[in-house]
Amino acid sequence: MILEYFQMVDRIEALDLAAGTIKTICNVPSQSPVFVGHFPGFPRLPGALMIETMAQTGGWLVLAHLKFVRMPFLTRVESAKLRRFVEPGETLNGEAKLVHDGSGFAVIEAVISCGGQKVASAEIRYVVGPFPNETIRGAMLFKARDIGFPEDCLHGDPGNAE
Amino acid sequence: MASTFETVADIIADTCDIERDKITPESHAINDLGIDSLDFLDIAFAIDKAFGIKMPLEQWTQEVNDGKVSTEEYFVLGNLCKHIDQLREAKPA
Repeated sequence: MILEYFQMVDRIEALDLAAGTIKTICNVPSQSPVFVGHFPGFPRLPGALMIETMAQTGGWLVLAHLKFVRMPFLTRVESAKLRRFVEPGETLNGEAKLVHDGSGFAVIEAVISCGGQKVASAEIRYVVGPFPNETIRGAMLFKARDIGFPEDCLHGDPGNAE
Repeated sequence: MASTFETVADIIADTCDIERDKITPESHAINDLGIDSLDFLDIAFAIDKAFGIKMPLEQWTQEVNDGKVSTEEYFVLGNLCKHIDQLREAKPA
C-alpha cells in the first residue's frame, strides 16, 4: 500500500474469472503521513481506507471481467462493517466475489482479513463506463502488470459484459 | 403470485422511499417519481435479481440518446414492465 497515492493493493494472489473471484495482498505500511493524523500517538488504518481497499480489490476483479475495455467507478458501499483496528505493518488479505454483472453496473461482495480474522466486509457497487482517457487506461494496465495480473486477463473480448 | 408491475412498484417504493400509492403503471420514473440515475441503477439491480434477468440499460439508453425511441418507452413503468416480461420470456428455461 501507498496510502498517500490511494494504492491499496500490492499483489493479485489469485484470480478466477469463471468463478468471479479474486484474492489480493495488501501490506499496510509501517510509516505513512496518514498515521500522523490518524491518530496522534495511536496510528491505525482509517476505516475509509479499509473500504477503499475492498473497493479496489473488487475493482480489479471487475476490470478483469471487462478485460480492461471499460472501467468501474465506485457508486455505493452497502452494509459495510469495520470489525477491528488495523495497525501499521499488518498484512491484509482481500477477497471479492462478483455477485451481479449488470448492464452498466457491477456488484461485488468483499472481505478483508488479517491473520485469518475478518477485519471488514461490504457489498460494493460500481457504475461501469468507458475509461475517461487513454492515460488512465495505460496507467491501469501498467499497475495491473506491476501487481501480478495474469496477462490473459488484460486483453480480449469482454463478451456480454456491455 | 405478484404481477410484474406490483414487484417493480414495491422495489421502487423500497429503494427510493416513495409512497407505494403514488406509483402507477402510468408513472414516468424520472418525470413523475423523480428517480435519478444512481437510484435507477439500484432499482435495476433489484429487478435483475427479482426476475433473474439482465436489463440492457445501456442499449436502452443508447436508443433514447440516438432518438430512436422516447424516454417513455423505457421509463413509463407500464412500458418498462412490458420489456421486463419480454426479457423473462426470452430467458433460457
